[in-house]
Formats: sequence, structure tokens, C-alpha cells
Amino acid sequence: MTASLGCSAEQLATRRLILKGVAAVTLIGLGHAAFGAAPAFAANDPYPEDAFRLKGAAEAIKALYGREHEPSDKIKLDAPEIAENGGVVPIALTTTLPDVTSISFVVSENPNALAASYKIPEGTVPAVANRLKMAKTSNVIALVESGGKLYSATKEVKVTVGGCGG
Amino acid sequence: MASSIRVRAIQNGDVTDVQTLIQHPMDTGLIKDAKGELIPAHFIQQLTFEHNGKTVFLADWGTAVSKDPYVKFAFKGGAKGDDLKVSWVDNKGATDSLTAKIQ
Repeated sequence: MTASLGCSAEQLATRRLILKGVAAVTLIGLGHAAFGAAPAFAANDPYPEDAFRLKGAAEAIKALYGREHEPSDKIKLDAPEIAENGGVVPIALTTTLPDVTSISFVVSENPNALAASYKIPEGTVPAVANRLKMAKTSNVIALVESGGKLYSATKEVKVTVGGCGG
Repeated sequence: MASSIRVRAIQNGDVTDVQTLIQHPMDTGLIKDAKGELIPAHFIQQLTFEHNGKTVFLADWGTAVSKDPYVKFAFKGGAKGDDLKVSWVDNKGATDSLTAKIQ
């Protein structure tokens, strides 16, 4: 009886050690992954200069995301029907799509269509509000990258005075 | 010199609401000045928000972001009194940064 108890205690101890070892290895592994990911995030996010230089909306979206987008009713794009001052058009977006990694705004008729692109790390709410310039009446395309797919919402904003001055 | 960055970070339940205003001309490079000469492009390209060493929001901007840009977002994991570091870099390589406390 005592022998068998001793034996099981020993077995338990061994099991604990093994578990501890596994836990330690897992922790070390996670630590490495976390450390590896942190600098990689910054390094993986150079300014997408090419996408911002392109003229057309389709080209800019292709350069930025490299894939097609499909309309989604889970994106709420807030933009005015009519903007009196194209220099300051308030545009906001919220979405109920899961696992959002980025949100971008494209103004189709601007000299360079891509206006702004936001990276949404894990833990950040998939919503953004900003102010954009619009040269003239144009579609505003909002893009949301969610779970590796690209979704969009489009709204036309009528501009009475363009935002390109001059 | 006063900072170009004004930021307000307010803890609201489990999310931190962040509103930022930056003073910057955001020149497109397409507009002429009074003498008819093009004003060269001068605009913020990247704006970063860091909380506890983690990037919580990163903006890539083109010339179509309005002068004196405004941006609003929210993130989870912040707490009252925490630091939030805001920094930007423009196409001429100029930078500015500011660390604000979450209120």
C-alpha cells in the first residue's frame, strides 16, 4: 500500500516535472514569438509610397492590397451627402466585421485616389474618423481588411467647392 | 516651441478613446502660390500611436488628408494614467512626438 502510494507519488512528481518542462518550453516559445513579432510589425509596415502615387482607385487598391474587394453591409461609412468645402470632408467608418487588420479610404476622383490607410492591430477597435480633401464630386470607397479578405463600402459625396484650391 | 500634436485620450469603460489634432500644412504639391509657383508637396506620411511599447494604431497618409489633420480611434488594454506616445514623420523627414497620459 505504502509502496504503491510512494510509487504513484513519484510518478506524479515526474509528471509534474514533465509538465513544468513543457510549460517552460511553451513559455519560452511564446516569448520568442512575441519578441519576433514586435519588431516585425514595424518592419512590415513601410509607408506604401507606390500606392499613394498611383492615380486611379483600382490601381491604388491593387497596389495596396493586391486583391479584389467585395461590398459588405457590415461596414458603416459616414460621409456627408454634400460637402460645401472639399478641403475638409469629415469621413468616419465603423464595422462589425471580425478580425479587422486595416481600414483604408479611397477618393476615386482625386488626383491620387488613395487618401489614407490605417493599420488596426489586435485590440484596437475597428473604427476610425478623419478628414479628407476631395477635389470634386466623387465616390469615396472605404476598404476593410477582415480575416484576410477585403470588403468595401462606397458612398458618393457631392462637392460644391473643390479641395484642391488654386 | 509648442508641440504640433494635440491629443486627448480618455478611458471609457474598457476602451480608450483617442482624438488627435496635428498642425501640419499637408501641402499636396498641386497648388500654386500667389506668384504662380507650385508649392512643393509637404505632408505627414506616417502617424503612430504606442501604448506600453505596442503599436495600437498606425496611419499611412497621402496628400488627400486635410490640412491640420484630425483622427479618432479607440483601443482596448489601456488604463487611466498610462502613457500614450504619438509620433509622426512627414515626406521631408521632419518628425514630432508627444507622450500623453490617458485620462
